[in-house]
Amino acid sequence: MAVQQDDFHRFAGTAGYIASAPLVDAVNCAVALERPLLIKGEPGTGKTLLARHVSDGLGMPMLSWHIKSTSKAADGLYVYDTVQRLNDSRFGGGDVSDIRRYIKLGPLGQAFSAPKRQVLLIDEVDKADLEFPNDLLRELDEMRFTVIETGDEIVANERPVVIITSNNEKELPDAFLRRCIFHYIEFPDAALMKRIVAVHHPNLDATLLDQVLIKFYWLREQSDLRKKPSTSELIDWISALLRAGITQDQLEAHIPFIGALLKKEQDADALQRFDAKSGRYPTTWKELGPRYNQ
Amino acid sequence: MFLDLFYGLRDEGIPVAMQEWMTLLEAMKRGMHGSSLLRFYHLARSCLVKSETFFDAYDRVFARVFHGVEGQFDDLTEDVMKWLQDPKNFPNLSPEELAALERLSSDELMRRFLETLAEQDERHDGGDRWVGTGGKSPYGHGGQHPTGIRVGGESGRRTAMKVAGERRFRDYRTDVALDVRQMRVALKRLRQLTRTGLATELDLDETIDETCKNAGEIELVFRAPKKNDVRLLLLMDVGGTMDPYYEPMSQLLTALHDERGLREFRPYYFHNCIYDHVYSRARLTRADAVPTGDIIRSLDERWKLLVVGDAAMHPSELLEGHGGINPHNTSPTPGIAWLQRLSGHFERAVWINPDEQKLWDHTYTTRLVQRLFPMFHLSVDGLADAVQALVGARV
Repeated sequence: MAVQQDDFHRFAGTAGYIASAPLVDAVNCAVALERPLLIKGEPGTGKTLLARHVSDGLGMPMLSWHIKSTSKAADGLYVYDTVQRLNDSRFGGGDVSDIRRYIKLGPLGQAFSAPKRQVLLIDEVDKADLEFPNDLLRELDEMRFTVIETGDEIVANERPVVIITSNNEKELPDAFLRRCIFHYIEFPDAALMKRIVAVHHPNLDATLLDQVLIKFYWLREQSDLRKKPSTSELIDWISALLRAGITQDQLEAHIPFIGALLKKEQDADALQRFDAKSGRYPTTWKELGPRYNQ
Repeated sequence: MFLDLFYGLRDEGIPVAMQEWMTLLEAMKRGMHGSSLLRFYHLARSCLVKSETFFDAYDRVFARVFHGVEGQFDDLTEDVMKWLQDPKNFPNLSPEELAALERLSSDELMRRFLETLAEQDERHDGGDRWVGTGGKSPYGHGGQHPTGIRVGGESGRRTAMKVAGERRFRDYRTDVALDVRQMRVALKRLRQLTRTGLATELDLDETIDETCKNAGEIELVFRAPKKNDVRLLLLMDVGGTMDPYYEPMSQLLTALHDERGLREFRPYYFHNCIYDHVYSRARLTRADAVPTGDIIRSLDERWKLLVVGDAAMHPSELLEGHGGINPHNTSPTPGIAWLQRLSGHFERAVWINPDEQKLWDHTYTTRLVQRLFPMFHLSVDGLADAVQALVGARV
């Protein structure tokens, strides 16, 4: 048991990515059990970034497969370039009799056939058609598939670490979910957020950071907001503030560069009305209520 | 004990099967939980629960199985949460006042909290005793008390029992109406794909066939890409009884306007019941009036009709001629006749009701409308069912 214990604590976050303890456990669980890890969470909580840092942390190469609305499951395995073959046969460009020359492996196929264990990111799986995940069930289960045109079977030498992200735009099929380890990335609380910001802006003044975060969490608390600002928007906003040399006093009275945080017209309008009514922004954690004062 | 967890989750309607259970056992065999209840809580959740919408149910089951605190706070919070939902702003207390507030030990506090709740039967804001918002009482939220109990919030994560007991994932449940994003997800299914329009997509199979027939001379064949063919007519009640639902209704409208996949989308508004005119804007002025008959004539039966309203009105508004509540705007045809014409004209029509489902049968007019339209609750689940009724296979 002791040996296997070590197995589980392989990923522990990296210097560039602050992961919560449950997330680290979920990653290690997926790595050890060789199951796909399904990551959901609010946009901008670092779902996609996780894969790159798992790959760094575990020292495995990474392959990514970014899903679009037109993606088909079969594209991830291999593509048989028929048009090229037709063209070659018509104009005599190369050996048409060897079908293998026209089989191009997709990201999943490459991950299976690689000699070393890979990290495979299947990004935004919910973008694709509703049936897309179902079409991958067998391949993800058994980590093997057959190229129909040649009869070759491609079997994974080492089962890749599969990380799947979803933005929750569509429901995923049950059969697919059953095979995954699931983790929902919660929105970071203020303490964790300070550590995250420190990674990106290590020289930020502590009192300024406090003001920034108070404004940010206050904005997120406004229940009539159509789109809440996320972590990545916060990081961008801080960059903008630093470039412009905004001081703490300026920040107490206003929220400058609001476009970096609010992306919906109605939200920006609502804030402007709040401004016009000379509404006062909170300047201390206390004003945000007990949730932020423990 | 562990099996209690498994069956408890199944009883709560969480789709847990043997496969997930075996995954958890496998992980535990390898010592993944590290002999810590908190890590076991997260590990079991990762392995067994595959959607954040079930996290709340998981928290309840977990708390019950591993502690025996079943539902203690469940019944009371529903009402209490309502009082707490719109906090009254509280006055800023001076340090002296704060110091003057009693510092209570947590056992004592909990005992008194439960006692207070047992006595309290109404909303309460700004005082110093009852559970409410903005006051100096130790209970509720938005208040100032040094050692108070926060009702309906979250705190640090020290033990699994606390994490489970906090039920932070209540907001992710799908049986309650929520935000634009979740509505958008539900509306995603509002689609019927057909091939119409310009042929811009390469049809590979046909291309190969044609090329072979053409003795190897490449012949490219194009076809029209798949497009959504759903056209949606929305009729929305904006009358007085709908005012409390302003927030979810405007979110639904936002979600529908954002749903660019629809081939056509037309919203109209009415007050309480549909008569011979509906209105193109929610102000319902005469300038915006559109004859209901024109809409029925100009839109063919393949349009999907979505009516949003509480269907609760005075029986005469629905059943009698000149029943309209607006004195300038009465029509001789009773509202029920217009509803019949609408439901008869469109092949698929549904009614979304923001009132809670258990209230429907208490209102006479709601019962009548339910005979004409399949009715669904304005929640994420209800919306998904309504969409299914609009575009799904006929049952």
